[in-house]
Amino acid sequence: MSEISKAPPPELFTLTTDQWTKPFWEAAAAHRLVAPKCGCCSTFRMPPTPFCPNCLSQALEWPELSGHGVLYSYTIVARAIIPEMAAHLPYVPALVELPDAGGVRLITNIVGAPLDALEIGCPVEVVWDDRPDGVSIPCFRLVRTD
Amino acid sequence: MTIRDKTAIAGLGSTPYYKRGTSLPQTLPELVCKAIIAAVDDAGLTVKDIDGFAYYSEGFDTPYLMETLGIPEIRYTATLTGSGGGSAGAVGLAASAIVSGMAETVVVVGGTQMAEQRFGSLMSAYPQTPENAFFSSAGLVGPGHMFALLARRHMHLYGTTREHFAEVAISTRLNAMRNPGAVMRKPMSRDDYFNAPMIADPCCLFDFCLETDGAIAVVVTSTERARDLRRDPVRILASTHGGGRDWGRALYWMNMPDEAFASGGHAPVARGLYAQAGVTPGDIDCAQIYDHFSPMVITQLEDYGFCGKGEGGPFVASGAIRYDGGSLPVNTDGGQLSAGYIWGMSHVREGVEQLRGTAVSQVADAELVLVTGGPSSLPVSGLILAK
Repeated sequence: MSEISKAPPPELFTLTTDQWTKPFWEAAAAHRLVAPKCGCCSTFRMPPTPFCPNCLSQALEWPELSGHGVLYSYTIVARAIIPEMAAHLPYVPALVELPDAGGVRLITNIVGAPLDALEIGCPVEVVWDDRPDGVSIPCFRLVRTD
Repeated sequence: MTIRDKTAIAGLGSTPYYKRGTSLPQTLPELVCKAIIAAVDDAGLTVKDIDGFAYYSEGFDTPYLMETLGIPEIRYTATLTGSGGGSAGAVGLAASAIVSGMAETVVVVGGTQMAEQRFGSLMSAYPQTPENAFFSSAGLVGPGHMFALLARRHMHLYGTTREHFAEVAISTRLNAMRNPGAVMRKPMSRDDYFNAPMIADPCCLFDFCLETDGAIAVVVTSTERARDLRRDPVRILASTHGGGRDWGRALYWMNMPDEAFASGGHAPVARGLYAQAGVTPGDIDCAQIYDHFSPMVITQLEDYGFCGKGEGGPFVASGAIRYDGGSLPVNTDGGQLSAGYIWGMSHVREGVEQLRGTAVSQVADAELVLVTGGPSSLPVSGLILAK
């Protein structure tokens, strides 16, 4: 029986935002996965920045995404290199490609997954890690294909 | 105008390499000063001859160095932006100061001391910023967690295996075993490698560089002047730094297009380097490749054209990077994986030793050596040194 991946240690992260990143985290708090899309040329970018790298427009839209993605790469962290990690092992930092946001990637975690089921290219879907500090972080779980 | 072949490394100085924290109670500025004093002495100069500093990775406090060493006047003090990616490029920064006439005797120095903050958990010490939120929320505590994502993608795209990573680690350890100054000199078998704890799957303990204290400095001056100094000049044939937008913030961005993602980010810098030097990969006699993580040696071998894209695994598996019998001996001093991690400066040091003919694992008739800076956020950098 393979171990099941957990969420990463919450103590290591305190959310700070600016006007360009805030909409992402506000949507997350409402369990809506969104991504910044240029209001002029429709190019998605991630993470959010003040200018569209394609056309330099500052116009921005925040469409809600389906929450479905594809596992692009991952690592399995099963050893604590600082004490805060110990109670949260194993966890699986991952990159998830979002096809309905032009293929931009989120740096995220795969949670609730048997470690031996992880495979690049796996379909995944968003789940929310609701933290004690009120911040919700988008994580992903493997989508059953059987 | 280029810097090609106009400057040289005239002096080299180093502290011992200490296992993390064991250099105490010496201070980091003290280690840095010891390396500088040794480097100018090696060149047959004194600290009073220093009129410039070129750093990378935030550098050191120039006026403090002047105060404590009694350096009378500085005409140039500059730092490449970024972090360990600039180690090889800082030598080019020094060369550019000399070629432009802004300084005559420029010291490049790097040093590290890991007393409280270990590099292995570096990201956990970063200030929380809106930009950092997009990776620090994912439990990416140390650089190893980030590079593991690149390594796995390379495996997926090209069939690279842990056997290939093991070959880098073992080959490097064999070199360290011959180096009395190396921190890790115990033999490492294939079984040792595969029995090591997995830190960030697919990277195990032996894929990670050491955590080391120490400092290394080199003295850069014009080739013409270097010929009149104590040591034979090691010519700076070319040095480039920078990189492409498709690599960019790299680990902190993770949105590199596929081809760049599974690379070392050095391809543009490598192209510029060979063009500046007027040489090809086949002309390089040995390479000192920034090895914070063994998979990134494989990706840089591809970036620098020693093999095709995606062929780095089979290239190392062929024995090509071994000191004994390899076509391109790599990290002949034992690298950062086994000799010591001085933020890339040990690679500059070994490049100089090889061309002076004083390396512990001397490559016969070495005339051209490649030195690279770390794959990280831009800039990344490269350096070709010549006899």
